[in-house]
Amino acid sequence: MTTVHIPFLQTGTLAVGGRLLTEEERSVQSHADRPSSLTKGHRACQGCAEALAARWVMDTAVEAAGGKLIVANATGCLEVFSTLYPESAWKPPWIHSLFANAAAVATGIAASLHAQGRDDVRVLAQGGDGGTVDIGLAAVSGMFERNDDVLYVCYDNQGYMNTGVQRSSATPATARTATTPAVGRHPGQAFGQGKSMVKIAMAHEIPYVASATPADLRDLEAKVRTAMSIRGARYLHVLVPCPLGWGSASSASIALARAAVQSGIFPVIEARAGELTDVQRIRERVDVSAYLEPQARFAHLFTPGGEDALDRWRALAEANIRRYDLLGGAS
Amino acid sequence: MREVLEGSQAVARTVARCRPGVVCAYPISPQTHIVEALAGMARTGELADCEYVNVESEFSAMSVAIGACAAGSRAYTATASQGLLYMAEAVYNAAGMGLPIVMTVANRAVGAPINIWNDHSDAMAMRDAGWLQLFAADNQEAADLHVIAFAAAEELGIPAMVCMDGFVLTHASDVVELATADQIDAFLPPYHPQQVLDIDRPTTIGTMAGPESFTETRYLQHLRFLDAADVIAAWSDRFRAAFGREAGGLIARYSPDTLDRDAQAPPASSTDLTVVAMGSVLGTLQAALAPLRAEGVPVRLVGVTSFRPFPEAALREALGGSRHVIVVDRALELGAGGALTGSVGRALAGTRSRIHSVVAGLGGRPILESSLEGAVRRALAGELGALEFLDLKTGGVPVPVEGASEVTR
Repeated sequence: MTTVHIPFLQTGTLAVGGRLLTEEERSVQSHADRPSSLTKGHRACQGCAEALAARWVMDTAVEAAGGKLIVANATGCLEVFSTLYPESAWKPPWIHSLFANAAAVATGIAASLHAQGRDDVRVLAQGGDGGTVDIGLAAVSGMFERNDDVLYVCYDNQGYMNTGVQRSSATPATARTATTPAVGRHPGQAFGQGKSMVKIAMAHEIPYVASATPADLRDLEAKVRTAMSIRGARYLHVLVPCPLGWGSASSASIALARAAVQSGIFPVIEARAGELTDVQRIRERVDVSAYLEPQARFAHLFTPGGEDALDRWRALAEANIRRYDLLGGAS
Repeated sequence: MREVLEGSQAVARTVARCRPGVVCAYPISPQTHIVEALAGMARTGELADCEYVNVESEFSAMSVAIGACAAGSRAYTATASQGLLYMAEAVYNAAGMGLPIVMTVANRAVGAPINIWNDHSDAMAMRDAGWLQLFAADNQEAADLHVIAFAAAEELGIPAMVCMDGFVLTHASDVVELATADQIDAFLPPYHPQQVLDIDRPTTIGTMAGPESFTETRYLQHLRFLDAADVIAAWSDRFRAAFGREAGGLIARYSPDTLDRDAQAPPASSTDLTVVAMGSVLGTLQAALAPLRAEGVPVRLVGVTSFRPFPEAALREALGGSRHVIVVDRALELGAGGALTGSVGRALAGTRSRIHSVVAGLGGRPILESSLEGAVRRALAGELGALEFLDLKTGGVPVPVEGASEVTR
């Protein structure tokens, strides 16, 4: 990572406000004059981690860009809850065009700025997992392949939550959605499906790829800062728990994001030019059930007959731990 | 300077002289020569201060143009056929957001069956997308229309398609006189976007509009379109004054005597037979109607240059209550009839003109002068139906003809 981790073990969390730190070490969010790029008045659900992460990401990006940031947004929750005419919750110049084209719109903005000699103005594109991994993948891949000067941020809530919680190709195995009901011998989303956008991004060998969660504000901010210090195509994948779609308490979003990391289910990594360069180690390992059980979409795993599926989840976590050396044991 | 140029080269050079800030494209026949030429000019520096973006699809081509235009650049792309339909969602989006992108459509049939040759079904599929649609009769007009398109689109905040017949114009060499860079600099105002993503004056573009505001959004869009006819006409007049030649306008009038293009040509009269068409077939019609004219047959020719906005009033006036109106239609509304015919029919509602739709040239089928002449003669003899397919091959193909009732169940 680009910053030193400062664990505050007395609270069991890394999401500190910063009171115990020196001014320079404090997070953007700890400052009273933070940009609040996504400001009050929007219509996100209570406990929406996407709204939280989007504000944190954009505030950091706005600061890193010296206030000169233009944002292209895909269709999705983030767009719908923030911009019902005639209101807007966005402070930076912001454009929404379509579901699948945020990356290409951002390319156009970047091309225009370059043609105008305005390389001081930076461009961020953002969307949900549907707009990134499914319908928008071609445009995202094209932007990566051309190495356009855009930071693309995917807020991954693992499904089409805006349209009523349907399955996407980022929906995890066994998850119940409106289109993968929890019935039959293999309830929920099938094992073996889905794709890893982080690996896909790395395969493009773009300058910078990272994953993060809102459970670690300082790490998230550091990654945005790193991304903004680089030119060319950059990708940040943020896991954002969704109380509506996941069937979890609105107060549990941060805890669930943390459990996803600490169980090995969601590796928090950094990569440059296709090479893995850093991994956030698991600090206090938890069983996958700590992540799965608070979510109603996995309720069927905790009824008789769910043991096999839970074992497969544990195998997934083990595979991640091995692949990314999440426990730090490998020499 | 008059020179012999391929249509695509003429368009590419003219577009470059309009100084676009961003050109983005994905290759599709028959548009390729245009974007290849622009790519070359971007590399050599002839197209200066311009970003040329090779995108991965037409959908992204229009999306890049949307971003570029919203960020304050004059943006251009070109496509055809399947490509235009692949970007359809973004075509509507650009218009809804009022972004004055200019796009060449090298008109080509839409599959299946796949067919790379010319007709107008691609542009017709996008006729309600909210774009200006200007159709070129020849290579000179194809090049000139781009200058008018940028000017009118940017004044209106409405994107513009310049439609030119694929292969028939794009790949044909003809004598043209291109507007020079200096002339265009003097004619075309610099691009001042009506709305822009500006860090000093942040705006939100592309919000959701609910039932309480969507109707008004569309109504305002329509009002702007009603202004568009006057704006196109005004820029076309300015073009004539500046360059000394006809281009654009809402309709193309032709002299009753010579059948040459003549802006001062009088309207047709109720004893005339008038042929209405769009695009390069107008040139074929000039030749096809000449023998009839020489015989003293009262035939007239009117071209539709602006299909959107559709010039109902100008067309009604030019047709002057013609006894017969034959619309040569290069696109078919399946289950209904000729695509241009429908709009002409609306313009002539309440008149006594008898309208014949002649669907011709689908998928690149050559439109023969002799066939057009024959259609006119049959109309005069009272033998031309309301909807006919020119040069339809009936041998060996079970063809239901108009009025046929025998159906095997």
